[in-house]
Amino acid sequence: MAAAHGGYYLPNPSPWPVITSTGLFSLALGFVLFINHVAVGPWLMVLGFLIVVYVMFRWFGQVIGESESGIYNAQVDHSFRWGMAWFIFSEVMFFGAFFGALFYIRMFAVPWIGDTDLLWPGYDATWPTAGPQGLVPTLDEHPGPGQFTPMAAWGIPALNTLILLSSGVTVTIAHWGLLKDNRGQAVTFQFLTVVLGALFLSLQAHEYVLAYTELGLTLGTGVYGATFFMLTGFHGFHVTIGTIMLIVILMRILKGHFTPEHHFAFEAVAWYWHFVDVVWLFLFVFVYWLA
Amino acid sequence: MATAATAHHEEHPYGITRWLYTTNHKDIGTLYLWFSFAMAIVGGTMALVIRAELWQPGLQIVEPGFFNQMTALHGLIMVFGLVMPAFVGLANWQIPMMIGAPDMALPRMNNWSFWILPPAGTLLLLSLFAPGGAPQAGWTLYPPLTIQMGMGMDFVILSVHMLGISSVLGSINIIATILNMRAPGLTLMKMPLFVWTWLVTAFLLLAAIPVLAGAVTMLLTDRHFGTHFFNAAGGGDPVMFQHVFWFFGHPEVYILVLPAFGVFSQIIPTFSRKPLFGYESMVYATMSIAFLSFVVWAHHMYTVGMPTAGELFFMYTTMMIAVPTGVKVFNWVATMWRGSLSFETPMLYAIAGVFLFTIGGLSGLMLSITPADFQYHDTYFVVAHFHYVIFAGSVLAIIGAVYYWMPKWTGHMYNETLGKWHFWLTMIGFNLTFFPQHFLGLAGMPRRIPDYALQFTEFNQWSTVGAFILALAQLLFLYIVIQTIRGGEKASGRVWEGAEGLEWTVPSPAPYHTFATPPKIR
Ligand SMILES: [Cu+2]
Repeated sequence: MAAAHGGYYLPNPSPWPVITSTGLFSLALGFVLFINHVAVGPWLMVLGFLIVVYVMFRWFGQVIGESESGIYNAQVDHSFRWGMAWFIFSEVMFFGAFFGALFYIRMFAVPWIGDTDLLWPGYDATWPTAGPQGLVPTLDEHPGPGQFTPMAAWGIPALNTLILLSSGVTVTIAHWGLLKDNRGQAVTFQFLTVVLGALFLSLQAHEYVLAYTELGLTLGTGVYGATFFMLTGFHGFHVTIGTIMLIVILMRILKGHFTPEHHFAFEAVAWYWHFVDVVWLFLFVFVYWLA
Repeated sequence: MATAATAHHEEHPYGITRWLYTTNHKDIGTLYLWFSFAMAIVGGTMALVIRAELWQPGLQIVEPGFFNQMTALHGLIMVFGLVMPAFVGLANWQIPMMIGAPDMALPRMNNWSFWILPPAGTLLLLSLFAPGGAPQAGWTLYPPLTIQMGMGMDFVILSVHMLGISSVLGSINIIATILNMRAPGLTLMKMPLFVWTWLVTAFLLLAAIPVLAGAVTMLLTDRHFGTHFFNAAGGGDPVMFQHVFWFFGHPEVYILVLPAFGVFSQIIPTFSRKPLFGYESMVYATMSIAFLSFVVWAHHMYTVGMPTAGELFFMYTTMMIAVPTGVKVFNWVATMWRGSLSFETPMLYAIAGVFLFTIGGLSGLMLSITPADFQYHDTYFVVAHFHYVIFAGSVLAIIGAVYYWMPKWTGHMYNETLGKWHFWLTMIGFNLTFFPQHFLGLAGMPRRIPDYALQFTEFNQWSTVGAFILALAQLLFLYIVIQTIRGGEKASGRVWEGAEGLEWTVPSPAPYHTFATPPKIR
């Protein structure tokens, strides 16, 4: 009973962190070699990825086991809450870097490059732009070579906004279900949230295909393409992670985990989901709408 | 299940797995501190390569390209490998003991935060062996140079990502520990200042490190995936990198120095045998510095071109930082005023740290003045300035903290005579290295160049001699630490006559687990 120091659960020595690090190292080293066209790179990446995924199963599995066995008291629960909250804060700052880049480019870099005929008379320094060497923006649905069409806000993106906002509602209703110990409600609405997340992702994927095949808009389409794809891409990546986490939580509800008092994992994922939701609202306004 | 999971160790595994698998804050603190020392040796050796090359004008020892790799890696290693891990190590050892907690809040993640560092450091050093070598762009990694560098740059980018993950996880743990694990009755405004400064530092890390991750990610995609963030031909702007980088970079300075302020605030009262003067103003000054650190970043970019309003804004905000910093220096001096002072090695380091940091602060004030900076920018004056801040502020605090708390960690007193020798050798070496660099910079010697004009020779030779003294003195430090671990006079629980705080209420050496039941706070 030595573990519960004054009731606070202190875990035994664990092999998982250091194994995660070897996986991470393999992944990073493999990635560097891969982008520099060294043949062994992808293999190292696959190896690292498998290690990381394996450890996640074992490490999270252990945590879930500990949680279900009831050894996490309220103070431990509190540590997890602070941990998740500040992790999300750091994620906000990560997106902040890219939004900062977008604002700087739009407010300073682009106007300055168009100032006082710095380049040539009549150079059009308006957003969206792919820069002096880049493609020319057009509003035409089917741009010709040398032109691109910026992503319109009121098609798929507006629909996606609706989808993500609804998913924020459904995950909250699922939470109410857990609080009332109404498992049917929790399962139904958690499932709906997963479906909405998947729907968002498929629409986003469709939008990317459209951009590449019809709009002439790629990652290389100057600074507009760069900011567009990096912001929406990192957001999409976070939605993917979020959806996977939602699925895990759904399966845990189905397995009978969680009680009305004790379901922090659910709440952590819900917080995360609201976070990607809010990031999307900013994306919608500043990347799509005010383009 | 419950009994199996709670069947815990008072014992712990021995041999290598003790260190690989440990979830104990003291073990992890030890790992951080030794890692930091190893990185100090690597980064210090690089500094010696730089100083050896600068012994004479002209090119003697290394190729200019290799010289540039040394300046870049020296900076990255000392910031991310020496100072940050050392303070996290001190936090690991001390924060749970100072707040009466059984351990850090999230012990397994604590282990992971540390064990990300060795692979990250490996990636950083592997860049030296990549085709084309390590980046030759300084630790600031400005494009377009870093867009053109070879594969070594990718190693550094991935290394920075991993170092960042480690810092973010470490900070989350420290915040959770401080906010959630304090002994009942230990309110925020009763916390020791080292704990306070770390709380604020952890917040700074969480706000700044992800921005650096964003910046190097944009470098990576510009290098390999065809984006144009920093390429004007595509509508981007290389100057934008500098803004994003310094939005991280300036808070980073305070990440390096706020925990040092905390250390000074622990050591000085102990050896003055008086409580800290102006505790509350210390807390608020720490928070003001943290806040201001996010609105001053472009003072690193005065010469790069900015609207006048921008130059003025960043000049005034930068000057404002002198106010809370001045409050701190005043408080330390006032703590010593009429105290019953004694000058054991930790106190010597603290006083020297405050004094020399103040010199660095004042040269910083000179640099904050936009028109003056046009003259000083990218000269050795800047090099002298930030070594007075980061070496004299952070590194002296780290060394002082090790002397101060080592009796508690090992149960032995260090050799005071050798400690004083180490201190004075460090002082002579440090000042001899960096004080002449002020003059070199004011006379116009540019930084990061392996060659220089003839008239700078004498000061450079002083500087090189100083650097070797400084480096050799740290081998003495290593000897003292090993000697103290091995044996020596037994330390009492209190250790220092004037020591106050929970960590001094447990025996020396501190048991493997402390405060299994929270202590009572008066
Ligand atoms: Cu700065």
